[in-house]
Amino acid sequence: MIPAGFDYHAPRSVADAVKLLGELGPEAKLLAGGHSLLPMMKLRFAEPGHLVDLGRIAELRGISEAGKEIRIGAMTTEHELLRSKLLAEKVPLLVEGAGWIADPQVRYKGTIGGDISHGDPANDQPALMLALEASFVLTGPKGERVVKADGYFLGLYSTQLAEDEILTQIRIPLPAPGSGWSYQKLKRKTGDFATAATAVMLQMKGKSVASVAIALTNAGPTVLKARDAEAYLKGKAIDDASLNEAARLAMKICQPTPDQRGDAEYKVAMCGEMTRRALQAAHARAKG
Amino acid sequence: MATAKKVSFKLNGKPVEVTVEPRELLIHSLRERLAHTGPHIGCETSHCGACTVDLNEMSVKACTVLTVQCEGAEITTIEGLEQGGALHALQQAFHEEHGLQCGYCTPGMITRAYRLLKENPNPSEQDIRSGISGNLCRCTGYQNIVKAVQSAAKKLAAAG
Repeated sequence: MIPAGFDYHAPRSVADAVKLLGELGPEAKLLAGGHSLLPMMKLRFAEPGHLVDLGRIAELRGISEAGKEIRIGAMTTEHELLRSKLLAEKVPLLVEGAGWIADPQVRYKGTIGGDISHGDPANDQPALMLALEASFVLTGPKGERVVKADGYFLGLYSTQLAEDEILTQIRIPLPAPGSGWSYQKLKRKTGDFATAATAVMLQMKGKSVASVAIALTNAGPTVLKARDAEAYLKGKAIDDASLNEAARLAMKICQPTPDQRGDAEYKVAMCGEMTRRALQAAHARAKG
Repeated sequence: MATAKKVSFKLNGKPVEVTVEPRELLIHSLRERLAHTGPHIGCETSHCGACTVDLNEMSVKACTVLTVQCEGAEITTIEGLEQGGALHALQQAFHEEHGLQCGYCTPGMITRAYRLLKENPNPSEQDIRSGISGNLCRCTGYQNIVKAVQSAAKKLAAAG
């Protein structure tokens, strides 16, 4: 399996990459880690005329703390997230989530920016980003704009990223001290996409929920934010009754596509179960 | 038609140069242009790990890397692990622990284990199992592979 022919470009700066995108037009695709795009090209589901490889742009890599947020270069790999001491301390949800992505070899190449911008609802980063209330820096010919993760994902393979823009940085506000977190993912085997998965960030005040974010992977045409479940839980204690109702409300918004991982009914049920488990695990970790 | 590119990199410590179309995959350059047939082609869909090579200190599946992405890279394949006629501790351990049956997955499995032990010289059984979870073996049930990696880790630690 060999991709159709294309021309290859390896710019050394974001400015050069943006310029190239403008010159080459819609025939060009950005190459990040290549572990979604290259398989699609090998199967001839994608046949771009030009690949603009972001792999040589040093400014697109790295994880740092800046004021009240964590900034992650879009070409930072899932492997680097997994091994980051800064993230383990400040944003452990991202470390837990990265560990569920694909397999070790894929994580050495796969990038956080590619995972997000591919727009595949089966990818894991979109739900993690929604739960963490992240923002994305999009760089284009007119400069930078910052958009919220919530609202970025428009549909299957469709995001707010314009054809002449590059996702350059991910910004994550530092979670409140004592926040609980969990990413629960059901998959058939290593390397598979989620049958269902739920990301949760939870802040408690005493015995009741101060704030909660719940995001669902592979449960619809894009990542889904379980807003009704979030609103219901606010101010409630976490117990069997509230967990059941939150899971029910999350399941209500699911529209999964039946495939070899299961029919729609099964996938919806598993989404409910992952939501319940993620809330329980986050609750066990939360210090309010 | 796409323009062919010259790509230079180090393969098992030796500088090499190939001229390839951008669409050529690393596994094909290694096997067909550079006569390194240790890395195997298994699934061709980045699942099985038979084509695993070490690229700039990362384990990667050479079926999902373009050769043009490797300009200036340092690549190690199974052929590069033996030194001066002596097998690498991992190769010796796979032999001693019977860590293979048909052998098809073995070059990828050992190359992956090589990087795993560089990053984690004293892995638990669970570390090894998750560390090699991107490499499929359809013969052994993994038991002896895990034993071989454990045995090699001990020998490498003892050799310091």
